[in-house]
Amino acid sequence: MKEDERAQKISQDGRVSRRAVLTGAAGAVGASVLGLKTRTASGQDRGADVNPGPPASEVGTRSSFEQPKRAPGGLVSRTPLQDLHGAITPADLHFERHHSGVPRIDPRSYRLLVHGLVERPTVFTLNDLKRFPAVSRICFLECSGNLGRQGGEKTRPQELCGLTSQSEWTGVMLSTLFREVGARPDAKWFLAEGQDAAVMTRSIPIEKAFDDAMIAYAQNGEPLRPEQGYPVRLLLPGFEGNSNVKWLRRLDLATQPFMTREETSRYTDPLADGTARQFSFVMDARSVITSPSYPQSVEPGWMEIRGIAWSGRGKIQRVEVSTDGGKTWSRSVLQGPVLPKAHTRFGLMWKWNGAPAVIMSKAVDETGYAQPDWATLQSVRGRRTRYHQNPITGWKVGADGQVLFAIERVS
Amino acid sequence: MKSPMRILTTILMLAAAGTVSSTAQSPPARFGLGQPAPADLIAAWDIAVMPDGKGLPPGKGTPAEGATIYAAQCASCHGANGEGGVADALVGAEPKGSAPFGPQYEKFRGDARDVPFTIGNYWPYATTIFDYIRRAMPPNAAGSLKADQVYSLTAFLLAKNGIIAENAVIDGKTLPAVMMPARNRFVPDDRAGGAKVR
Repeated sequence: MKEDERAQKISQDGRVSRRAVLTGAAGAVGASVLGLKTRTASGQDRGADVNPGPPASEVGTRSSFEQPKRAPGGLVSRTPLQDLHGAITPADLHFERHHSGVPRIDPRSYRLLVHGLVERPTVFTLNDLKRFPAVSRICFLECSGNLGRQGGEKTRPQELCGLTSQSEWTGVMLSTLFREVGARPDAKWFLAEGQDAAVMTRSIPIEKAFDDAMIAYAQNGEPLRPEQGYPVRLLLPGFEGNSNVKWLRRLDLATQPFMTREETSRYTDPLADGTARQFSFVMDARSVITSPSYPQSVEPGWMEIRGIAWSGRGKIQRVEVSTDGGKTWSRSVLQGPVLPKAHTRFGLMWKWNGAPAVIMSKAVDETGYAQPDWATLQSVRGRRTRYHQNPITGWKVGADGQVLFAIERVS
Repeated sequence: MKSPMRILTTILMLAAAGTVSSTAQSPPARFGLGQPAPADLIAAWDIAVMPDGKGLPPGKGTPAEGATIYAAQCASCHGANGEGGVADALVGAEPKGSAPFGPQYEKFRGDARDVPFTIGNYWPYATTIFDYIRRAMPPNAAGSLKADQVYSLTAFLLAKNGIIAENAVIDGKTLPAVMMPARNRFVPDDRAGGAKVR
């Protein structure tokens, strides 16, 4: 095993060894299918079901063998990261977080009001918004309270950090809308207000509006899901989830932030020095290994350590993986295209020799920021900080192959 | 020397480009979409209150009036005295003159249980209390409280936290003038990527 690990670390990108293993796997699958064959009356070798299946349908469903589920609890519901592949989260598995339930908004009566420090206070219908140039982009959306480890060793990726999901979002650039209404130069902030029962509000710096903010009405090719803000939401790539106001009904441009509840008593960061950080919008780089993870069991031999990494500040530059509890790190293979402010898949082939091991991942983004370990984060943020936690986390692989959650740096 | 074929290709490319530019229109500064916002819609929707008091409606309230409303509408979730229940704790001024976190707090706390984050020790602006109650509370009937009731509840919570006197009157003038204990504790975000963990 030492030999193999060394070879893995020496290889620049790991692709050769991965391809070799995949070829081997294909052969094994073929053999098992032959073992399960069903013979027809004429002796032909067919699948298990020789009768025609159901005809074409209006809306597809998942295979009955696959039942990934969010984990709901009150006003949150977490994405089953351990069940997903690739970079896009199916819309019905995108995490939920709301402050007063999911409102039912009729798109025919929907209005977006833009007012305050603008030349032309304006109301837009949904159809108006769709007539502007449409823009699509893929980005992650993460709740800033995305660290759950109450389950201790029995924590799945879903509980650990299932409050992050990724979609392709479509809508109109907020800059286009602000030019349309004539945003005044003295406007430095804008209030975004939802149409939920709590008419939730956040203040956003105007720079974000002229950078990459969007008014989104579609997600993964279809209209937004109600839990994601149907019919219209604010989308602020890289910013904490709460500021991406759903069921958006009002934008009020002003000289100052409004100091709403969600940007004062909530979503602020008490620090070790006794100050509290405010308007900490950008989600720092983070990664998580989604496989192997609890509650999986693994067997000795080759497997791919897989996960996702993301940064609110831009592209993921690299993800390092350790199989010895953080003593040594190897560079994983990133699945392209690597997009800014987007979940990026990483993988590293690993031959497990059956001895207890701790696997961990560390994301580094294009600014040079490296995901910190728990002790470093705690020393800076203090004991009572609640949001924006992005520590290196890992999984313990026991001699019996059982995988359990491990947050602390073990080395 | 250009071959005839290359010259022909160039002509075809120019022709194609000409076709595109003759049908394309450059976007205008404005598209003329949307309708002018009616003043009554703005008035009905714009309920936000700013720290300087902008947006506060006419009306007033006192801690005594707020106590009655609180008992009827809030105590079942936030506790009889704002100590918290299924919903957040709202009242709690200790540790005196310090945050519920940071080096001073750790010294104060010793081995005791952590104090909750409350209006008294963490909320930086009194206007936020009014704004939040008016837009979101109580959760099963958000938006039902009248301005005087919201002023009274705000006054009640400020008095319970020892920030205003029991006989104080809270209105559009006095509320923004209330100095919250946590007012100067908040600092802007200093994270900016790069090697340093903040």
